[in-house]
Amino acid sequence: MTQVDQVDTAPRPRRGVELVLLLLALIIGVGAKFMVAVTMEEPITPAYYVATGVFAAVALAFHVVLRLRAKYADPFVLPIVVTLNGLGIAMIHRLDLSSGGDPVEPRQLLWTVVSAVAAMVLLWLLRDHRRLRQLTYISLVVSLILLVLPLIPGLGMSVNGARIWVNLGFASFQPAEIGKITLAVFFAGFLANSRDLILLAGRRIGPMQLPRARDLGPLFIAWILAIGVLVVQNDLGNSIMFFGLFMATLYVATSRLSWILIGLALVAVGGVLAVVTVPHVGQRVDVWLHAFDPEIYNREFGGSLQIVQGLFGLANGGLAGTGLGGGMPDRVPLANSDMIFASFGEELGMVGLGAILMLYLLLFSRFMRAGLGTRDAFGKLLAVGFAMVLVLQVFVVLGGITRVIPMTGLATPFLAAGGSALLANWLIVALVLLVSHAARRPIVVGPMVNATGESAAGTESPARQAPTHTAPRPTAPTDDAAGGAR
Amino acid sequence: MNNAIRHTWVFSVGLFLVLFAALSVIQVGVTDQLEAHPQNVRELYQDRGASRGAITVDGTAIADSVPSPDTPFDYQRVYRDSELYSGLTGFYSIVEQPTGLESAMNEYLSGKSDSQFFDRITSLFTGDTTEGAQVELTVDPELQRLAHDTIADGTQGSIVVTDVETGEVKAMTSKPSFDANQLATHSSSQFVSTKEELQNQGAPIYGDPAIKDRFFPGSTFKLIDTAAMLESGDYAADEELEVPDELDLPNSNTPISNFGGGICAQRDEAELSWIFAQSCNTPFAAAAMDLGEDEIRSTAEAFGFNEGLQIPMTVTESVFPEDLTQASLAQSAIGGFEVQATPLQMNMVAAAIANDGTMMKPNLVESVRGPDLQVLEQPEPEELGEPISSSTAEELSELMKGPIESGTAIGAQSDVVDIHAKTGTADFGETNENGDPIVNSWITGFADVGDSTYAVTVAYQDIPYEDGHALTVSNLKTMFEGAVDQ
Repeated sequence: MTQVDQVDTAPRPRRGVELVLLLLALIIGVGAKFMVAVTMEEPITPAYYVATGVFAAVALAFHVVLRLRAKYADPFVLPIVVTLNGLGIAMIHRLDLSSGGDPVEPRQLLWTVVSAVAAMVLLWLLRDHRRLRQLTYISLVVSLILLVLPLIPGLGMSVNGARIWVNLGFASFQPAEIGKITLAVFFAGFLANSRDLILLAGRRIGPMQLPRARDLGPLFIAWILAIGVLVVQNDLGNSIMFFGLFMATLYVATSRLSWILIGLALVAVGGVLAVVTVPHVGQRVDVWLHAFDPEIYNREFGGSLQIVQGLFGLANGGLAGTGLGGGMPDRVPLANSDMIFASFGEELGMVGLGAILMLYLLLFSRFMRAGLGTRDAFGKLLAVGFAMVLVLQVFVVLGGITRVIPMTGLATPFLAAGGSALLANWLIVALVLLVSHAARRPIVVGPMVNATGESAAGTESPARQAPTHTAPRPTAPTDDAAGGAR
Repeated sequence: MNNAIRHTWVFSVGLFLVLFAALSVIQVGVTDQLEAHPQNVRELYQDRGASRGAITVDGTAIADSVPSPDTPFDYQRVYRDSELYSGLTGFYSIVEQPTGLESAMNEYLSGKSDSQFFDRITSLFTGDTTEGAQVELTVDPELQRLAHDTIADGTQGSIVVTDVETGEVKAMTSKPSFDANQLATHSSSQFVSTKEELQNQGAPIYGDPAIKDRFFPGSTFKLIDTAAMLESGDYAADEELEVPDELDLPNSNTPISNFGGGICAQRDEAELSWIFAQSCNTPFAAAAMDLGEDEIRSTAEAFGFNEGLQIPMTVTESVFPEDLTQASLAQSAIGGFEVQATPLQMNMVAAAIANDGTMMKPNLVESVRGPDLQVLEQPEPEELGEPISSSTAEELSELMKGPIESGTAIGAQSDVVDIHAKTGTADFGETNENGDPIVNSWITGFADVGDSTYAVTVAYQDIPYEDGHALTVSNLKTMFEGAVDQ
């Protein structure tokens, strides 16, 4: 890592690349909306130009903030996010036009502005992701509070059978979306602190090294949390995501595949139990396996109409798609949120949806690249955690639509209508940009921010501290993995 | 840790590959099955709401698609002069499969034919929707209107006019008629109630009876007997045959008698030409029994019996039965027993006689033009076969003057046109609601009209004998005189 990364992180800010790509992203995102207006024969009103201006201004402002505060940040992340967000707004607008009801697009644009501004503020104030490490246990508490909020009578509310919403009076909010950030921070912080303990302490049984129960505690907390959220709130999507997030960070922290297998076995047990005991989950599986059954299709609640109509939409799009505004994505329930992939698949075809998937693939690859490049374990775990959150969101949503897995409700990052998810994902982008900035900026030797007060995160040190908690050895050429974790 | 991050990346890419694979299967692999799924209304809305090519007669649209704003369908199919043409056009509904030409020419009208392949490829890039091709019919609008006006209201009558040299259908219509616009509605409940109403009125919504219905041809079948007799060489037009009042049939208690006693009773022996003109039953029954079943059936089949036909709509197969007893053969020879013919079939018989024994394939389509008016298809006149030699055809056409000059069709005598024809009445022993015996009344014949020779067939089903006979004869004359006027 050391040699290569030092070459890679040669001090080139590459903000110019970002600006060029950003302009391209704006052309795609904004162009899509204008194309919608043209194909659907809508008059292009001044509102179009206002929305375009606002959107472009926010994107460019973000670019400027990066120039000022994190000029070595990854240059590809922002353009990809702006492309996706712009495409999402265009599709939501397109669906507004054919639904004729209350337009959703202005609210989505507003949320985009709010989210991007919040992300800029976070980026500006936080300056260094490692400062979050101080908040490890506070994050856990905040996560738990956020997850429990929807269960508080009078505050929480159920939508479509899942009790994951909080009613703020003027708007509703899904606290679990923010919860995934705080949980990622907790997992990264916890594992960065105690990975050596987990790895080295414990008994050896045959070929397998088992950690001590008290070190494994958080695994069980995470497991119970995931299943608890699922059972109490009927929220399968988020519990999959939380658990996947934890598994990924645990694996990256320890490199113990066997533990992951144990974790998967646990989740399998939990999953089977849930299918059998929780009607909501059993129903999902039923719908997944027998989607085309007329009885299930016609069921008034929890039937397969949505998934089957989504498949019809995808089939209608075929390879090349019907063109924006040319299909009938509005026939699918929740076409602008849960099923927005089906809408894109119909109108942009497999080629267009494939391109969007490639954008996600690039995006999570850049997230992981930031993790590879950064020198501190916390940053690595945080970046990978967020990458996993992104991967799982896309996989769970599109896998549900394509019947690879049972359908569960999750928001498609940046595309789907919904403020909470947009805000959470933009905040994640801000944090990952900070991690990548830390990864790529030139190594500063000398006095440094030492965020945790411990020896963990010296910027000049490419190596983690030794298991014995001795002082960092800045020149150590070893990889950062301890305990044979390669 | 970095290796673990790489593994996580590989795993994530693996998840995405699964998504790509699932998308390929849905959007390319099983698209056809999904689009054909009965629950898939997309295809229906798209197909049934698509702009289809026009069906034109003499350059004027009798069916075309007009934009249909504020409905889920983009276009509404509109039929002009539909009472005249609904038997040809059929209807294009959202509830049922298309009928008539809408079905038979669907590939062209919808733009999905092979010859429009390159248009479709082009439209993939230009974004235009492929437009359907335009189908021009051979029908002569004035003759069609005349035929429609000529058929008596309140009866079940059909008129077919073809050009004997080309097989082109010049007019084809029936009563009761209906307005296809009523069935092209975009409301399925309205469709259902209208359909029921129309069917109660006896409207033939699933095809023009001229090609859809088959019934006893009665004495018009004697054209085929006579053809077989002349072809066998055992008979000649001037040969004297016995004309018994009754003919006992082997192993049967029901003798064949001549219709209504009448003129045939005046003579015990007569030339074939006289017998033909007066349509005496007994000599034909006797001749058929002499010639044998195979002779009669092979002649009938040479004229097109027992074989389906597309003009391009499917014509119901006319039937001449097999394995007949002598008694059944005798009944069959006078167009009874199980012999069934469509009006078009009897028109083809007259047309082949008029065309020197060569039978042309009846055809309704003059040309198919793409949206750019370029000719895609132009059917050439097609020979169906040569059921009789030209000398037999000449003798037969001479014989067919008899009924007009001094026989059963004397009412069709015209000063302006030289008509050849044969009448037919099939009495099948039923009565109408007034207790009057009802029959099928036929006349089929031909005449030179200007540069062409037209064959005209008039058939009334379930009509009292006197009415039927009077109508067929006078209608034939009206049609030929109308054709000459043009």
